[in-house]
Amino acid sequence: MSLLQRYSDRERLNHWVIALLFVLTGLSGLAFFHPAFYFFTNLFGGGQWARILHPFMGVVMFVSFLGLFFRLWRDNVMNDADKAWRAHSGDMLRGDKKKMPPVGKYNAGQKMMFWVTALSLLVMLVTGVMFWRPWFAPVFPIAVQRAAVLLHSVAAVVLILSTIVHVYAAIWVKGSVRAMTRGTVTDAWARQHHTLWHEQMTQGK
Amino acid sequence: MASLQSQDVVARSATTTPSPQVRNNAPQVAKLIDESKCIGCKACQVACMNWNDLRDEIGTNIGVYDNPSDLTPSSWTVMKFFEVEPTEGSLEWLIRKDGCMHCEDPGCLKACPAPGAIVKLSNGIVDFISENCIGCGYCVKGCPFDVPRISAKDNKAYKCTLCSDRVGVGLEPACVKTCPTGAIGFGTKDDMVAYGEKRAGELKERGFANAGLYNPQGVGGTHVMYVLKHADRPELEDLPKNPSISPMVSLWKGVAKPLAVAGMIGAVLAGFFHYMKVGPIEEKSDEEETT
Repeated sequence: MSLLQRYSDRERLNHWVIALLFVLTGLSGLAFFHPAFYFFTNLFGGGQWARILHPFMGVVMFVSFLGLFFRLWRDNVMNDADKAWRAHSGDMLRGDKKKMPPVGKYNAGQKMMFWVTALSLLVMLVTGVMFWRPWFAPVFPIAVQRAAVLLHSVAAVVLILSTIVHVYAAIWVKGSVRAMTRGTVTDAWARQHHTLWHEQMTQGK
Repeated sequence: MASLQSQDVVARSATTTPSPQVRNNAPQVAKLIDESKCIGCKACQVACMNWNDLRDEIGTNIGVYDNPSDLTPSSWTVMKFFEVEPTEGSLEWLIRKDGCMHCEDPGCLKACPAPGAIVKLSNGIVDFISENCIGCGYCVKGCPFDVPRISAKDNKAYKCTLCSDRVGVGLEPACVKTCPTGAIGFGTKDDMVAYGEKRAGELKERGFANAGLYNPQGVGGTHVMYVLKHADRPELEDLPKNPSISPMVSLWKGVAKPLAVAGMIGAVLAGFFHYMKVGPIEEKSDEEETT
């Protein structure tokens, strides 16, 4: 079984730093979003500590995402082939992969995940700063802060929903998780799911 | 004073089940501030400092009588002075005692994410239970009157308690007790509404055609009310004309919360059942692929 290198050590560690911070920032944020989740504040040493830590963890998450963003954005630019993939995404969900057009390193779904994550993190950074107490909140008028918390919540829900899809896709498509745990995928996996990338990787071999 | 009031909590922040409220026969209380009787002496500010053991930092004079110039974490009530011309050429000096309005439908309580940090008592008082406060500042966004202030020392939100500790044992608030002109009244909400309307009527007879009671219905009425000489234009004194909880806050803390939680749980469940129905996309071995 031959293996292809999909992610470098640095990319994988970067990914998992983001993932850990996503869980921590997400749990502390959910605690403020709905009383059903308030008990998550206990993980952080209580309500005050969760409130103090949440924005710092969020900023670190954003900065670490930038690392991955600049490495991967070119591979995630949408192209014409992605339209055909999107048109057949329903077939894929029904378990029928035969009609899926060949894709490069990322398919249209993965690309969307990439851009949705980037956009929602950016929205959360900008709006989050606007009501970050005690540092920046006093600078912004209350009406602006009201809009900021609403947008912040919307962006957070979008990010959580897309991350659920992201994690599920990794579990669903067997052989994917090892790309992020070991950095390599099997030759067969690449040929089946990312045909064009496979060609590119095996050219001249 | 949570311990004294623990069975008369009719609403509690970030709480989805009813709070202990068996002692619900307390009369609805209200403070009535009659602007036409106020002489701006600030005795109410001093009484508030005294009863609540508050000492604000000495600030700076900004060229007007307002001192301090705005509410602070340690100044829960402040006299605000307004030089206005309600009609061209008619200078008036209006004085308003600023502080928490104790809304019937409190926006601070609705916005607060910390369970039990803000409560509404059966007598109508909206109180901050500071030990539960996490210092996030959401109450500031929920309030239609810009009242809560957060301390830089302890990151807790503070505001007028309507002397819930005094009212709880049958006393009037400290500011009411001390007011030398009787401009601040205290009693049941019904009595104060009736008295406020009577006073507004008297002012009308004396030439203030638009005198009236400020008890805004957009927040369900308030437990601190004003008799205003120009009730048609409360904005003359920095009071919102039709205050209500911002639609942003209602959306964020209203329909968005349950919908988003349902969406997130739904996404996880959808994934689970999708896997169980469709099954994983297996990695085919090289031999399978070629056949």
